[in-house]
Amino acid sequence: MRPYWAMLSARFRTLLQYRAAALAGFGTQLFFGVVIVMTYQAFYSANTTPQPMSLEHVVSYIWLGQALFALMPWAPDADIRLLIRTGGVAYELLRPVNVYWLWFSRALARRTAPTVLRSIPMFITAMLLLGLQPPASLASGLAWGMATVCAVLLASAIATIFGIGMIWTISGEGLHRLVSPLVMLLSGMLIPLPLMPAWSQTFLRVLPFRGLADIPFRLYLGDIPPSSVGPMLLHQLTWVALLALFGHWLLSRAMRRLVVQGG
Amino acid sequence: MPHIVVENLAKTFQVAERDPGVWGAIRGLAKRRYRTVHALDGVSFSIEPGELVGYIGPNGAGKSTTVKVLAGILVPDSGRCEVQGRVPWKDRIAHVADIGVVFGQRTQLWWDLPVIESFDLLRDIYRVSKSDYTRARDELIAMLDIEPILDVPVRQLSLGQRMRCDLAASLLHSPSLLYLDEPTIGLDAVSKLAVREFITRLNRTRQVTVILTTHDMDDIEALCTRVMVINEGKILSDGTLADLRAGVTKERWLIVDLVNGEDTVTDSAANVVRRDGARVTLAFDPERVPTPELIRRVTANHAIRDLFVENPPIEEIIARIYRETKS
Repeated sequence: MRPYWAMLSARFRTLLQYRAAALAGFGTQLFFGVVIVMTYQAFYSANTTPQPMSLEHVVSYIWLGQALFALMPWAPDADIRLLIRTGGVAYELLRPVNVYWLWFSRALARRTAPTVLRSIPMFITAMLLLGLQPPASLASGLAWGMATVCAVLLASAIATIFGIGMIWTISGEGLHRLVSPLVMLLSGMLIPLPLMPAWSQTFLRVLPFRGLADIPFRLYLGDIPPSSVGPMLLHQLTWVALLALFGHWLLSRAMRRLVVQGG
Repeated sequence: MPHIVVENLAKTFQVAERDPGVWGAIRGLAKRRYRTVHALDGVSFSIEPGELVGYIGPNGAGKSTTVKVLAGILVPDSGRCEVQGRVPWKDRIAHVADIGVVFGQRTQLWWDLPVIESFDLLRDIYRVSKSDYTRARDELIAMLDIEPILDVPVRQLSLGQRMRCDLAASLLHSPSLLYLDEPTIGLDAVSKLAVREFITRLNRTRQVTVILTTHDMDDIEALCTRVMVINEGKILSDGTLADLRAGVTKERWLIVDLVNGEDTVTDSAANVVRRDGARVTLAFDPERVPTPELIRRVTANHAIRDLFVENPPIEEIIARIYRETKS
């Protein structure tokens, strides 16, 4: 564990220094949150049929999403991209550690440090001024906390796979374009999943992405009762395990074809 | 038992090629042409513990490919390679725990962290015990004189400082084998000397086996007891510097400073290879004309201020080996 923990904490400490980026992120999320909330208010005020989710819940769901935006694995991580572009990846392979878990640790730091910086001011602002409700109950709050921890693991597992994918594509730009909207849509970050069409619900339930946002957010709202937290966590952790296995396999294939370019 | 055994190593790369220009780029979309590059073409050698081996060759000769195979980060197409009885790429984790690597053109330190934090992080990654780490670290800090820069973030270091820190970083886990890939590239004279002196001391006092690739022939002359020359994936020469020289040419140079810069120097057994003002360099074969004999003849026929005899510079020798394999 020691090498991975060391990498995680070193990266975490480094990333905590990016305060300007956090502030900019906070501003962006605030702006988008306000726009999206206004859009839903317009829809709901013109709407006559009952919806699967109340407007109050939708608003809270949106703000949770904006607060935890930095958690999403919507782009390959910059540090892995740099390692692959510059050939620094050679040094990573020279370490007596499992490279998958080393990169997973990097991804974990990449998810947690910026999220810590951005989510706290966003929670305070959204709760005081913008209609974010507190958790439905203490039990809901606890369930949300556990599901968020699993969401971090899930996001890191997905990000690690994108990182490994960059060994093939090198630039990562294409992957970014492809992956980013997919994750946004399928996780519920863009539209709360209960509002998605009925025919899509089966797919959405099976896919890993709802574990990133939809599961923790609805546990927070009490939309999923705290008594069902078990199966939810199981869904998230099963996907973490599957993705980790896939990541290991992918990395072993990548390393066989890896050519560290240049002198 | 040899530290490293390499037999008949081969590695080919497929390099995509396209014709120049827009039309070439468009054609490349439909049909890719590939050229096969034999980066390693039957490379064999063996290295004993404690040797300091220079590994040289022109750009693209296969040096770095060899080092990458030995380091376990590249799998060869065929051939045998064992480092301390281990196959590097099959037993990667055990293998890399006992080697140190420095790529002169890249740093293994964390760009944003102070040097000492990079060291601490490496200690955790290599799982070095506290006492071993403290001993190795303090010794390296003293040997490389990096105490004053330990708290500086790596991105603020000069190249010479960074290289000394990189050398220390590669040795914190006390490896028995060290690969240095162009460790003096881009360094100023003082830093180069410091790096060379450090490598010599390390090799003598700790018996670390060192493989050094470089384009700087002064590195080779200063450090290496044994030199391997590779070009186009094949080992051309393997032996001491004296062997290498003798294999290429027996030629020696007589350098003469004339009193009168306008004079010309001629001798039936020697030819002028260089002329800078009053300084004339004559190349001769000491088996055809003994050195004292040539000196006597030249001094008898010309007014000489000073003279000395030397071997052709090692650059010259290496360049000849490279050229001979081209044809």
